[in-house]
Amino acid sequence: MTIRRIVALVLLVFAIATTALGSTDRFNTLGHKLMCTCGCNEVLLECNHVGCRNSEEERARLHADIDSGMSDDQIFKDFAARYGAIVLAAPMRGGFDNVAWIMPFAVLALAIAGTILLILHWRKRNRAAIAASPAPTAPSAAAPSSGDTLRDRIRKETEL
Amino acid sequence: MPEFGSYAILLAFVLSVYALLSGSIALYQLASGTRGRIEPNRLLETSRRAGIASFVACTSAAFALVWAAFTNDYSVSYILHHSNNALPVAYKFAALWSGQEGSLLLWAWILTGYGFALRIRHAEDHRLAAHASTIMAGIQVFFFALLCFSAPPFALEANPPADGFGLNPLLQYPEMVIHPPLLYLGYVGFAVPFSFALGALIMRYPGDRWIRITRNWTMVTWLFLTCGIFLGAHWAYSVLGWGGYWGWDPVENASLMPWLTGTAFLHSVTMQEKRGMMKVWNVWMIFTTFLLCILGTLLTRSGVISSVHAFAQSSIGTWFTTFLVILLCTCLFVFFRQRGHLQAENKLESLVSRESSFLFNNLVLLVACFAVLWGTLFPVLSEFVTGSKVTVGAPFYNRVNLPMGLLLLFLTGVGPLLAWRSNSLKAVRRNFILPGVVALATALILILAGIRPWSAGDDATTQTYSVIALSLAAGVITAIATEFLRGASVLHRQSGRNIFSSLVLLTRRNTRRYGGYIVHFGIVVIFIGIAGGAFNQTAEKELGFGDSINIGGYSLVCQSFSQDSNPNYQTEYALLDVYHHGRKITQLAPERRVYLASQQPATIVANHSTLARDLYVIYEGRNEDTDRPIIKVFLNPLIAWIWIGVLIVVAGTFVAMLPSLTPAAAKLASDKPVAAPLPPVSGGDA
Repeated sequence: MTIRRIVALVLLVFAIATTALGSTDRFNTLGHKLMCTCGCNEVLLECNHVGCRNSEEERARLHADIDSGMSDDQIFKDFAARYGAIVLAAPMRGGFDNVAWIMPFAVLALAIAGTILLILHWRKRNRAAIAASPAPTAPSAAAPSSGDTLRDRIRKETEL
Repeated sequence: MPEFGSYAILLAFVLSVYALLSGSIALYQLASGTRGRIEPNRLLETSRRAGIASFVACTSAAFALVWAAFTNDYSVSYILHHSNNALPVAYKFAALWSGQEGSLLLWAWILTGYGFALRIRHAEDHRLAAHASTIMAGIQVFFFALLCFSAPPFALEANPPADGFGLNPLLQYPEMVIHPPLLYLGYVGFAVPFSFALGALIMRYPGDRWIRITRNWTMVTWLFLTCGIFLGAHWAYSVLGWGGYWGWDPVENASLMPWLTGTAFLHSVTMQEKRGMMKVWNVWMIFTTFLLCILGTLLTRSGVISSVHAFAQSSIGTWFTTFLVILLCTCLFVFFRQRGHLQAENKLESLVSRESSFLFNNLVLLVACFAVLWGTLFPVLSEFVTGSKVTVGAPFYNRVNLPMGLLLLFLTGVGPLLAWRSNSLKAVRRNFILPGVVALATALILILAGIRPWSAGDDATTQTYSVIALSLAAGVITAIATEFLRGASVLHRQSGRNIFSSLVLLTRRNTRRYGGYIVHFGIVVIFIGIAGGAFNQTAEKELGFGDSINIGGYSLVCQSFSQDSNPNYQTEYALLDVYHHGRKITQLAPERRVYLASQQPATIVANHSTLARDLYVIYEGRNEDTDRPIIKVFLNPLIAWIWIGVLIVVAGTFVAMLPSLTPAAAKLASDKPVAAPLPPVSGGDA
């Protein structure tokens, strides 16, 4: 039941995150996905150079593209064609650009999946080894060091 | 003085070469049982002393460069290009690291400084220290060779002018006097645990003692890097005038990558110490951290990646590439030769255990590091594959790293609540119920308080992340507080001390554990500050006398705008009265300067900072038609918590570095006999 609730909550959060993406303020959104080409290395709407001709021209072009009814994708393609792909603040032309986005999450997913499988494999092997090993004998008075070792291990494992 | 400096660098180079060769020969003789003309231990001692002397020589060279800056000695080309007569005294020091050659000299000086400390403190384990010292000498040889043959800081000008070209205006800010040295202390400091790790592997050092010896080295280094990174962020926030603190510039990324792997290393060594696990992982984690320090330098100084940082373009890339390849080959060779020495004593037994949380924490940190490296290198890769260069800017890094950051935040809370080896479902439920309830309650409160991502339009995604981050932060803080209070209440019951005194005693009895929790708390506070970024607001307006600009309950009224000048710069500024809900709270004076020597402009931000929000005002410039200033205002919520979080991280790291009370001292301190060395403070540990 608890797991179902958690799953429901996660789905709700995901739904909120995705359904809310339908945007209205396109100029602001798109302006933060484009770079100013004046060399300031800033996002278009964050270039703070007064009288920066590059950013003024790009802003005007963005307004014009939006007013002409172009889609986001068409606007990005238009900007990339005019100023080169470096005008896009992130790789988003499709094709090889998709690799940039996929790779980090693919590595994360592979690393987590690999680790889970490894831990499960180790656990299985541990259990098999325990099942195959002979039953433990009572601690002998002649071997006090085994008690010390155990105490030391307990101390280590509860210390941090 | 320039000649003195040049000879000092040459001497340091020769001494480092001697320390490397004599140390290597002596260690080989000791390992193989052969004998030369000089007894190996005596040879090792001369190697150690040569290493110490190299620090003295390098200090002399650094002094000579600073002296040249103070005396306006423009016959030194480096001083000509990075200083001028009117430069304030404090920034003459900054000239030492404001350019390529100077910053490399600083790097070498810090490296020899660490080497000096290592060689002085060699008594803990002569043999291991000798290995580490020799490896350090090898690294020194590279940097001094670079300074002697490729980037000499004392290159001379044939006809020096009467005044210099000045320091980059962006560097003329108080934090720039301490930010680069701290960053370098962090960067270079990883050479010490790297050398110990490599040395321990070469000599098949038994057990995990090398980790204990290098623990404080690593923590100090990590602390320096943390402070350096955040001082840089604060400097960017205060100086660059774009309202943010982290721009994902390649130089910033270069400092973040070793920080991420260094953080992973600090966590994973605990598993080796406690359970004898992850030995291979730890060795490679520290190798990777140091290699990333070198790779970051290579990427940003070779011109392969463009950066806004001034020293980025140069021809020393080949040197760093060669050095990186040599380091990597050495690490691989030693590892494959000695890997039999790194057999784990235990294996992970459960997915829900302290070990697993450490492992997943390491994975996420490593993948985050990979994502940063991937984003930094992708423009080069794209150009290679498609023939066109692309920009990988903040939108990419934010989208990729935010989920990973949230996962890390989650693991920060989860880890301490889990026991080693495995956990019963009952224990998990008992430990997680309170933090979980607090996290959900926080989310609910935020939504009721009006934060509704689903109606935030374009900001929906960032606001969703923000709500998740704030909720998780509340849960993690609860988990940490529970850990402290549970332990303190046991001590309180045992000794009758008040709860505050019990908290102090608890922390003193296991400084590493509770210092670590304080660091985690600081990180959570930093996350809270970052989460505030989802609610940033901006406004921009041209202001005449008496005109006002309004943003989020604040009203800024222009009282005057004027110009001024001094020998160093010309300035334009505006005086703005700030009203909050109709009440005047302060006056701000944003400026824009033009430095005379370099003719470069700089923004001087006016910031009214409170715990709730920063009112961040910049003077963008003047409209040439109306002659009136254009003012841009940012309202940045919660940003002060980032800097407060860093201070907590610093405090926690200091606590973690303090030695814990011994059981006997703990007994005395608690007034009553204590049954066990430590109280059963964690349900997870039970």
